[in-house]
Amino acid sequence: MAPEHTQVDTVTGTATTGHEWDGIRELNTPLPRWWLWLFYLTIVWAIGYWIVYPAWPLVSSFTTGTFGWSSRAAVVTDLNELKTLRAPMTAKLAATALGEIKNDQALADFAYAQGRSSFRENCGPCHGAGGGGAKGYPNLNDNDWLWGGTLEQIRETIEFGVRSGHQKAHESQMPAFGRDGMLKSDEIVTVANYVRSLANLPTRPRTDLAAGNKLYADNCAVCHGPDGKGNKELGAPNLTDGIWLFGSDEATIIEVIANSRGGVMPAWAGRLDPETIKALAYYVHTLGGGEK
Amino acid sequence: MAEVDAPTLLALARDAEVKRADLKVVPVPPPLDPADDEWAVDDTPLYEARRKIYPQRVHGFYRRIKWAVLFVTLGIYYLTPFIRWDRGPKAPGQAVLIDLPNRRFYFFFIEIWPQEIYYLTGLLIIAAMTLFLMNALAGRLWCGYLCPQTVWTDLFQTIERWCEGDRREHLQRDRGRWTLERIGRAGAKHFLWLMVAWWTGGAWVLYFADAPTLVRDLATFHAPFIAYAWIGILTFTTYALAGFMREQVCLYMCPWPRIQAALTDEHALNVTYRYDRGEPRHSLKKSTALRAQGLPSGDCIECLQCVHVCPTGVDIRQGADLGCIQCGLCIDACDAVMAKIGRPTRLIAYDTDLSIKDRQEGRPTVYRFVRMRTALYVAIIALVGGVMTYTLATRDAQSVSVIHDRNPIFVRLSDGSLRNGYTVRIANKRPERREFTLSISGLAGSLLDVVQTRDDGRFVVEVGPDQTREVRVLVTEYTDFLPASTPLTFHLYDAMSGERASASDYFRAPAGG
Repeated sequence: MAPEHTQVDTVTGTATTGHEWDGIRELNTPLPRWWLWLFYLTIVWAIGYWIVYPAWPLVSSFTTGTFGWSSRAAVVTDLNELKTLRAPMTAKLAATALGEIKNDQALADFAYAQGRSSFRENCGPCHGAGGGGAKGYPNLNDNDWLWGGTLEQIRETIEFGVRSGHQKAHESQMPAFGRDGMLKSDEIVTVANYVRSLANLPTRPRTDLAAGNKLYADNCAVCHGPDGKGNKELGAPNLTDGIWLFGSDEATIIEVIANSRGGVMPAWAGRLDPETIKALAYYVHTLGGGEK
Repeated sequence: MAEVDAPTLLALARDAEVKRADLKVVPVPPPLDPADDEWAVDDTPLYEARRKIYPQRVHGFYRRIKWAVLFVTLGIYYLTPFIRWDRGPKAPGQAVLIDLPNRRFYFFFIEIWPQEIYYLTGLLIIAAMTLFLMNALAGRLWCGYLCPQTVWTDLFQTIERWCEGDRREHLQRDRGRWTLERIGRAGAKHFLWLMVAWWTGGAWVLYFADAPTLVRDLATFHAPFIAYAWIGILTFTTYALAGFMREQVCLYMCPWPRIQAALTDEHALNVTYRYDRGEPRHSLKKSTALRAQGLPSGDCIECLQCVHVCPTGVDIRQGADLGCIQCGLCIDACDAVMAKIGRPTRLIAYDTDLSIKDRQEGRPTVYRFVRMRTALYVAIIALVGGVMTYTLATRDAQSVSVIHDRNPIFVRLSDGSLRNGYTVRIANKRPERREFTLSISGLAGSLLDVVQTRDDGRFVVEVGPDQTREVRVLVTEYTDFLPASTPLTFHLYDAMSGERASASDYFRAPAGG
């Protein structure tokens, strides 16, 4: 380094890099050398990563790294740790009868928390994150239950499902009165208006409610009951309250009578372990509509 | 573009700078001759190796202050975890503890929950304002005396002098060949450095667990791996930063020197070379001769003591500098020389450029500590400190918070009534189990139901010591034609102590009743 080659800035007395833009010259303030070494170290570190962790794609696989680490295996490990951590409470949950859970505060809080997280994961897509339901998917917060709202009934529904194909599933079928020619169009309109009258909803003027009553008694009462209060054994909805799974307007009711309805809920036995199903039943029961 | 001649540019640049016309330490090179202004291949390196600094031992007023600060701050750091504080049988007995597993921070009589993290915000504001205030009063007080980097570097340099000798001896030994003695001395230094570094890391982890238990576990190798890992990390950082990086941390890593330079003003005291007294500088012999002839001569005798004692290798006579941490050791060094040659001390002192100017022009010097800036800093510190103290002193030992159900927002029951669901979280900040009665107000004909409580008709929620509990609350309303949203208040009442808390929410109904 010959000093005569170095251009020195007159104001600061600092050497310049020799770069000039429109008469502005860049001062050379050298970086510390250790900074450069750190930069090289990061490169070495990156190479270390390639060796230790999965990194390079191969033709049909990839380099797995020295310890065969994978994020999937790490999740399994974490889940197993969680299971171990929860094991005492899970065992207690398994050993406690559903009706007894609420007598043990710690267990109740555990079941509630587990039920809530499992509900959001497994049930939320149809029933809503908070069980608010949607058209065709029952609201689990109200006190109207198709198949019964006691703890045991809720558990049974979760375990075996509705029309799920499981041997013990809830099975029933609303006939398609119109499509199958069991009732004529005007009869369907009449009985639909009669059903609306059961729930104190306004009916079409000049509807023959007596004829409707007769049609109802002949065709519907066997499942929905003579008074329209429904039958939880058959999953037949209560037609007298303000809660309607598909809607309470005349057109919807006519459509249901003519073409029938029959939602499906999957069976969760085998997909979720018994403790999780127990926690789910407890959680759904606490949503507010649970029956004694 | 108009041609601007070099001297004009130079004059502009000089005008823009802080006026230090009387200080000509670096001779200004002559302006470039445009005739031979061709850029030759540049040979200056883009990277430079660290210049090793051998700070010389010094005695004096500021050195004693630094010793005192070093002992007090390191003492606080190393010993605080061992201070005990009785909080009853169910809470930890350590005065200062960051309890990560249980999400609590204990500081003597104060217990902070995660949701009270805003106290940390307040502390950070106070810390920043204190830093700014120190800077406005006397420059880099933090850098010079209090910064951990400075304190540990000071300690490591002391150990270094102890093992390898003072500046001259150490320099000589470093220039010589590796003898058995040199290896032994260097080995002893690194051993002591590592011991201090290890102890530093060890003290760090004690803030996160019961100190005496953890010390026993560490010694018997029963402590968790994470404790050893953190001790290792802090041993390494202390050893590297205080042993080797030193002033490089201030020069290249730390943002504060940059911020400090932007925040300071002309009234802030700084460690300053009083060039009005020091210049023109000559050797002692020449200045004595000049004075005998009645000619002017400055007090600086170019002995370089100020440079030799500097822990960051700065020449204070060149003025304020990024590397100057303003520790005042050059003041001590210069004072010792001035005393020897019979000149007044404090040629280097805490002073301002303004007062130097004043003295040069024969005006009385004025120091202004009370300025808009300092007054504002003090006011902000007092305000934030006051608010924090007030909220700490008056905060409740219980709290309730409510989240309204989002799905569904309301439920129509089979009898036509409306119901809203809420998740209510109750916090009990006392170290004993408490029972809270929950009630609501704001709705006339409503019915409250707290799921997961005892079936005795009262809505009593038990919450364990120093815990929170979440319960589901259902509010059913039988009134027809409710507005879409009705304000609702949840009340928490501890019958034993009479303490209360409340939270507001809304009862939602379909629009149009």
